[in-house]
Amino acid sequence: MIYMNAEEVRKSYTEKLNELKNEVEEMGRISTDAISLAIDSLVELDEEKIKKVEELDRQIYRYDRDIEEKGLNLIALQAPVASDLRMIGTCLKIITDLDRIGRYSKDITKVTKRLTGEPHMKKLISIPNMAELTIEMVDLSVKAFMKEDEDMIDEIYEKEEKVDAYYDETFREILTYMMEDSNNITKGTQYVLVIRYLERIADHACNIAERVVYMETGERVEHELES
Amino acid sequence: MLSKVISKLKENKSCETKKMPDNVRMQIENLNMWYGNEQALKTIDLNIEENKVTAIIGPSGCGKSSLLRCLNRMNDTIKSARIEGKVWLDGKNIYDGAANCVDIRRKVGMVFQEPNPFPFSIEDNVFYGCDINGMDVDKDATVERCLKDAALWDEVKDRLDDNAVSLSGGQQQRLCIARALATKPEVLLMDEPASALDPIATAKIEDLIDELKKDYTVVIVTHNMQQAARISDYTAYMYLGKLIEFGETEQIFERPEKELTEKYITGRMG
Repeated sequence: MIYMNAEEVRKSYTEKLNELKNEVEEMGRISTDAISLAIDSLVELDEEKIKKVEELDRQIYRYDRDIEEKGLNLIALQAPVASDLRMIGTCLKIITDLDRIGRYSKDITKVTKRLTGEPHMKKLISIPNMAELTIEMVDLSVKAFMKEDEDMIDEIYEKEEKVDAYYDETFREILTYMMEDSNNITKGTQYVLVIRYLERIADHACNIAERVVYMETGERVEHELES
Repeated sequence: MLSKVISKLKENKSCETKKMPDNVRMQIENLNMWYGNEQALKTIDLNIEENKVTAIIGPSGCGKSSLLRCLNRMNDTIKSARIEGKVWLDGKNIYDGAANCVDIRRKVGMVFQEPNPFPFSIEDNVFYGCDINGMDVDKDATVERCLKDAALWDEVKDRLDDNAVSLSGGQQQRLCIARALATKPEVLLMDEPASALDPIATAKIEDLIDELKKDYTVVIVTHNMQQAARISDYTAYMYLGKLIEFGETEQIFERPEKELTEKYITGRMG
């Protein structure tokens, strides 16, 4: 029995699997760009950036459709099993998370639209900080997927705890402003929406990391559900 | 009649026995096999669970068919074959000198890769095993039971006297399964039973195997990994005469533990 290496056998199939992975990475990069731009649009109340986020969201949607189609084709035509099947299954799950991240970015720009025309009630500090952490989480989770490194989940979980702490702290801060002056209520509720979106994005990054663990080990992680 | 007497005499000889683990129909223990000087099977240990389908997969020449044929002593007919180790059926070692080969093959039936009906009528094909074993059973009832069990009855009930070779390939293979069922085996061995059939006939055989496991224990050798994944409860992966990995089919195809298994089932081993 001749033992051929992976590059020699099923070359085109292996290339298609790599292509799928690379597209997920690109979709991940666009998703982090979308969050970053959405937060910039909010901080600067910049309508041009809103348009850019909307375009990125459309790109994310196209990637979602394209990767899904390619993944399903691979399943139908190549009958993948074991690590190949887990990788394709992971791609199909991850793109839903990334698509949701794109939608949350767009939702942040809707807040920007509602706030445009008037200055913020104070300089935004906590929200950009929280956004930076969530972007790092999404970036790390996509890197974990590309590097096939399930151990990176620990770092992502650590960051998620910080994001949650930011959420609680920022929520209280916004609430204080609203209680101090009822004129702040309209804007305050919009800021609460934004931190909620960021907190959800962080959860999606955790989902991606958990999928990477499954992809690498075949074991499913049961991340502690929020109470 | 003579075969019945010989069979009875042999049964009376003492045969090595042991208590089988729960739910295990056959147990392969430390099995080695050689063709001349070439070792085809190397220290195989495997439990075959009752009323389950166990698939044996592996590249050509890995020993999967040799292993299958060890389960009803079909290798006895090969002069150069030499076997060491034990295969337990109903608590008796089938390789014990006192074991009755005819009785073993009645209990462990076999279906081959190519449909091989005899050039007789359909009903005579089904009843052939009962006939030569001198079994005192009702022919019509046996033929109907077996053809129904093999999901062939509705297609042939009005032409039981037709020559079996007039049937299609898929029907012939189901007839061979019906023939194997006639002697009421406990275990059914299948060596690539659908490899010579078209997708529809293959699907019928696969459905049939799923039905058969309610009453029989099935061991199947297949090159078609998707077929193994579809129809088996347990999968054994063999390579160069060794049993590399054995486990529940879902585990083998979703998260195999051995790198060799992974390479083979993902098609990265030539």
